Amino acid sequence: MERVPILEIGGVLLVSIQIDLQDQTVLALQEDLAQRISDTGAHGVVIDISGVEIVDSFIGRMFATIASLSRLFDATTVVVGMRPAVAITLVELGLTLGDVRTALNLERGLKILGEQRRGRR
Amino acid sequence: MTAAGGEPEELPIAGDDDVVRVRQLVRTYAQRVKLSLVNQTKLVTAASELARNTLVYGGGGVARIEVVTDGVRQGVRAVFHDDGPGIPDVTLALADGWSSGSGLGLGLSGSRRLVDEFDLDTEVGRGTTVTVVKWRG
Repeated sequence: MERVPILEIGGVLLVSIQIDLQDQTVLALQEDLAQRISDTGAHGVVIDISGVEIVDSFIGRMFATIASLSRLFDATTVVVGMRPAVAITLVELGLTLGDVRTALNLERGLKILGEQRRGRR
Repeated sequence: MTAAGGEPEELPIAGDDDVVRVRQLVRTYAQRVKLSLVNQTKLVTAASELARNTLVYGGGGVARIEVVTDGVRQGVRAVFHDDGPGIPDVTLALADGWSSGSGLGLGLSGSRRLVDEFDLDTEVGRGTTVTVVKWRG
């Protein structure tokens, strides 16, 4: 099983998914992220899915789970870079991502997190 | 509708790495018949849901993928078969949000919306076969 690397930059954990996700990898990523948020006190998580060709219900649920988990550690999760074909498919599949924040790309995702952090101070 | 490309290609579904292999094979076929990118994505997503169902609820099984034709139209047919416990209430299983397991209950109902043809053949104690087709155009 492959593991997805988690990078830390300026209080934000960055995950860029570049592989075809199998379910075990998805579950491992959830656990790894919870641990890293707890260890680092990161205020935000950005999940870049611009390299992801499909999001099915299992992967979609991961985003919602990570968003809920991160909230327990006072961190915000933003999913960025969803491909148009993936977005269309998700809507037709009937999957709602709950209250997962999304942004067009990495830059906008980081901007959302930055603004949120400034707003809290 | 007839099979166009000879024998269907068969893949076992015995672990969650097989679900990834099924996705990749279905994408290869979808590209072969030149489905649009959106339709490729829909078919591969449906195949991912159905392969996972075969694994989780059917206890494993096989996927068969082939090119089919209907007059001048070409499409991809994917069959997911298991010899598992079967589905007691098909109407319920096809309803949105219903799940017998830990899923979201979108596997069957959701994948049905993503394809052009959907057939569910199941018998309690004997197993389940789901057949889907996505046509080009």
